[in-house]
Amino acid sequence: MTTRIVELRQGILKKNDELARGLRGRYTTAGVLVLNLVSSPGTGKTAFLERTLRDLRARGLRVAALVGDLETDNDARRLAASGAPVRQINTHGICHLDAEMIDKHLLGWEGVDLAGLDYLFIENVGNLVCPSSYDLGEKIRVALLSVTEGEDKPLKYPTLFNSADAAVITKVDIADAVGFDRETALKNINEIRPGIRIFETSAKTGVGMEGWLDYLLQEQSRAKA
Amino acid sequence: MHELSIVASVVESVTETLASYPGAQVLEVRLKVGAMASVVVDSLEFCWGIATEDTPLEKTKLVVRTVPVVIYCTTCGRDVELEGVQSLRCPVCGEITMDIRQGRELEIESIEIEEAPAEIGARTGTSGAQA
Repeated sequence: MTTRIVELRQGILKKNDELARGLRGRYTTAGVLVLNLVSSPGTGKTAFLERTLRDLRARGLRVAALVGDLETDNDARRLAASGAPVRQINTHGICHLDAEMIDKHLLGWEGVDLAGLDYLFIENVGNLVCPSSYDLGEKIRVALLSVTEGEDKPLKYPTLFNSADAAVITKVDIADAVGFDRETALKNINEIRPGIRIFETSAKTGVGMEGWLDYLLQEQSRAKA
Repeated sequence: MHELSIVASVVESVTETLASYPGAQVLEVRLKVGAMASVVVDSLEFCWGIATEDTPLEKTKLVVRTVPVVIYCTTCGRDVELEGVQSLRCPVCGEITMDIRQGRELEIESIEIEEAPAEIGARTGTSGAQA
């Protein structure tokens, strides 16, 4: 018997990355801007997305959403109230979405054709760790953080914030009541992801939504270009 | 807890590689994991036993090498190793950067296998020309 070392030097998530690259190509060809929303459970991703879908639709834009959860289609039903096509992805215990799940759920999605969309939002499973490893082919990864979670979230979960293209602080309408230290939160985000665009919003009152929508419009026109 | 998904991907990739080495036994699988890969090494090791059960990799050893984050600091003009992962600020001059040179890795570096000499020729299909 002989022993030998076989050098592989390959990414563990190579298959996911290859699938994601394929998806990214399809999104680009279709001219649809795809965003992957990631946060802890309870940050208010669904409320924020509900409002975003409604506001974009009010401007005549074509939007759709894929929403990941371990179980239930509660979020899909909430989001569907906006009038946008929404499809639930139940991961049945898996703590993140991967490119294969996205690929499968884009197939046979009745009434939805990527080329007929301006925006596709992917609401990831509530988790700040695992989704950071899985590329879904998105153009923009959005890390969300609510004022109730503490200013040190970006320090505790640096990978996700580092891999994000934009950060959204949610529930700012209750920031004073919960003693949110805004300066520290912004500083912490910038320590791990210098120069990132940060939006301070409230889906409830609508504060900050204007700036967020302007950003989406700008990015979408770039995606079309 | 995506460590189980991660080791499952490792088992899949290594099993595929093994197809090119018929009859070979895997002794060790070596991974390289960056400090900013968001992966818990203990969990990887724990999940390894579960993921390899009833596969050709059962009872093989998983060796995980962790590497720190290294940034390129333009002010210092060189690579600088960071102690933690909470800030991308250069510990020498205080300049902040997004130029990460190392620390995001999630790789299978190599595998150590034991193969029967008689099968080397069969694998390469060159009648032992490489033997």
